[in-house]
Amino acid sequence: MKYSALALLRGALSSHRNWPPAWRSPEPKAAYDVVIVGGGGHGLATAYYLARNHGIRNVAVIERGWLGGGNTGRNTTVVRSNYLYPESARLYDFSLRLYEGLSRELNFNIMLSQRSHLMLAHSRHDLESLSRWVNTMAMHGIDAELVSREQVGVLVPPLDLSPDARFPVLGAMRQRRGGTARHDAVAWGYARAADALGVDIIQNCEVTGFVTGEGGRVTAVDTTRGRIRAGRIGIAAAGHSSVLARLAGFRLPVTSYALQAMVTEPLKPTLDVVVIAPGTGAYVSQSDKGEMVIGASLDLFPSYAQRGSFGVLQNVVAATLAMFPSFSRLRLLRHWAGIVDVVHDSSPIIGPTPVPGLYINCGWGTGGFKAIPVGGWTLAHVLATGRSHELAEAFQLERFITGRFIDEAAAAGIAH
Amino acid sequence: MMQLPCPWCGVRDETEFVCGGTTHLARPGLEASDAEWGHYLFFRDNPRGVHLERWRHSFGCGAWFNLARHTVTHEVLAVYGMTEAPPRPGAA
Repeated sequence: MKYSALALLRGALSSHRNWPPAWRSPEPKAAYDVVIVGGGGHGLATAYYLARNHGIRNVAVIERGWLGGGNTGRNTTVVRSNYLYPESARLYDFSLRLYEGLSRELNFNIMLSQRSHLMLAHSRHDLESLSRWVNTMAMHGIDAELVSREQVGVLVPPLDLSPDARFPVLGAMRQRRGGTARHDAVAWGYARAADALGVDIIQNCEVTGFVTGEGGRVTAVDTTRGRIRAGRIGIAAAGHSSVLARLAGFRLPVTSYALQAMVTEPLKPTLDVVVIAPGTGAYVSQSDKGEMVIGASLDLFPSYAQRGSFGVLQNVVAATLAMFPSFSRLRLLRHWAGIVDVVHDSSPIIGPTPVPGLYINCGWGTGGFKAIPVGGWTLAHVLATGRSHELAEAFQLERFITGRFIDEAAAAGIAH
Repeated sequence: MMQLPCPWCGVRDETEFVCGGTTHLARPGLEASDAEWGHYLFFRDNPRGVHLERWRHSFGCGAWFNLARHTVTHEVLAVYGMTEAPPRPGAA
């Protein structure tokens, strides 16, 4: 059904008891044209764009847990496209442009709020590198501007701007089109729209192995709900990519780390931009519920634990209070970690694997949420056509052999 | 907080240590191809399970040592010297 004001009114008249489920829960069929492993944002977007852009509707998304229960439900919901190199700038800005039309496209309110993204400068050197960054973005045709310390004060009243602050603020880089979107809604919106186009979404279905045939080509996945044959298979499993790659018999240039985030108790509207302080490793925004959403830096040892270490939690809370002293009496309500797939140049891998017929979308590391639309778009393209999308050509596994890296460690925004 | 056993200083908080990543990586010879060199530098098992890794007690005695640690439970299964063989061959 189409969601609209009229549908809402009709729902209200029947006390909201007659809403149909947003997607089906079918039993897996014996075979599909394409099977996507991973029911997070990237996997669901891939299924949606396979159906919408390429007319391939005989598709299944299989998910070990529940939809959006991995990193899609564990991030800080920030969207932006302030990347330095032309390949990444094109990729992430395409993603942001898709986000800008997504609520209408999916008929599902993803609550995109382009409230501005501010990256603070704490030294003259920071200011100089931000100024280079702003100019580079202008050359890519992406909005960005330098703002002075005084303007930062107007935009972020609770920020400590005193010259004797632990990390004095000298200015910031602002991307007005940056902001936040509701993470669950992105997963649910893509799931509902993909389901409406005929995609089967199968939850509680873990992949236990890959089956290969002639020429080593992958022909099926073994799952906890039986064998499912597939023409082509796509993996979109973020921090668990290496586990799946191992089942398929190859390795990835990926290390999995825990990345923490947390929210405080809700406040009245206090902060209407996203603020990141690279010097302190903390980034803060306020959710629509009023919670202050705080993101941390990586726990720098390999982990699949989906919980963060106390040392990093202490650091990020201290950093946040150095920036916002008035938050000192807030209590933390919830605290969690996602397992992120970090590669050496902080850029993604979208394309074929050493196993014929098996494709992968991984390596987004600490910044996968903002890239969900383009990750799905480009993985769907290579699954449907066998050729890389032009946006994804530079982001292939081979670059770890050829050395043609796209090092976005700074734009990733999080200390690695 | 996770605690790690330094072979010299005993059990200390994780914040005193720095993780140096996967251990026992054999550097290929000068005749190595680009593919072998790329695999040596970047490609890893990244196991969900026991990982053999090196740590440095940076804010303590400064020594490097090896650990066998589980990446889900964070349980330390063995601690051994930099030049010693892994306690359970093939554990990773």
